[in-house]
Amino acid sequence: MGNGAKKFMYVNRRAPYGTIYALEGLEVVLIGAAFDQDVCMAFVDDGVFQLKKGQDTNESNMKNFSPTYRALGDYDVNKLYVEKESLEQRGMSEDDLLELTYEDEEDDYKEKPSIRIVNKEELADLMEQQDVILNY
Amino acid sequence: MLHTINKSPFEKNSLDTCLRLAKSGSEILLLEDGVYAAIKGTAVEPKMRQALSDYTVYALGPDLKARGIEEDRLIDGIEVVGYDGFVDLAANSDRVQSWL
Repeated sequence: MGNGAKKFMYVNRRAPYGTIYALEGLEVVLIGAAFDQDVCMAFVDDGVFQLKKGQDTNESNMKNFSPTYRALGDYDVNKLYVEKESLEQRGMSEDDLLELTYEDEEDDYKEKPSIRIVNKEELADLMEQQDVILNY
Repeated sequence: MLHTINKSPFEKNSLDTCLRLAKSGSEILLLEDGVYAAIKGTAVEPKMRQALSDYTVYALGPDLKARGIEEDRLIDGIEVVGYDGFVDLAANSDRVQSWL
């Protein structure tokens, strides 16, 4: 990552499928990854439903884009912050979420989890550290 | 840091999430349907009064006017700004978070 890299946070606050926001947001992150910036994602409110495991759209004739989140690690998007309070409000825990990993090139390509559960104070601090925040 | 809210607090959770995640000392600007949060005597007034002790809260004048909300109906302590004030707030902040 070059010295000119800016810190980007993509904030996701909407559930998948009901609206196009989640899918569009994910596509923008993947496109943006080509620009070699320091990218992270935050999942807040209904956005945490995007990472629910076991999504199956066979009977609803929609594209199941949840496997696409697995590609994020290969694009160096490996900081996916999930707000603890949003998870708890929805009766969910980390066990309900996709198992997303990336290979840490600075640590012998060890597989590490991309999802990090953070509380509201930690997320507030992370937001303050960004150069740019984009919302979907 | 400037936070903007453009959704009605009676329809969306944008205000709640902003208040949960904005750090103390931040600026909050209510605009578009977000200005409904600035009115006195609503169900969200206690929440806004609490917010005023942690944040500086602004409401966008042209959006209040468009909705027929007179300034004497606003919760004390909320500052009305015009488009120029909005620009100043954004320009003077390191970053802006829009709670859509």
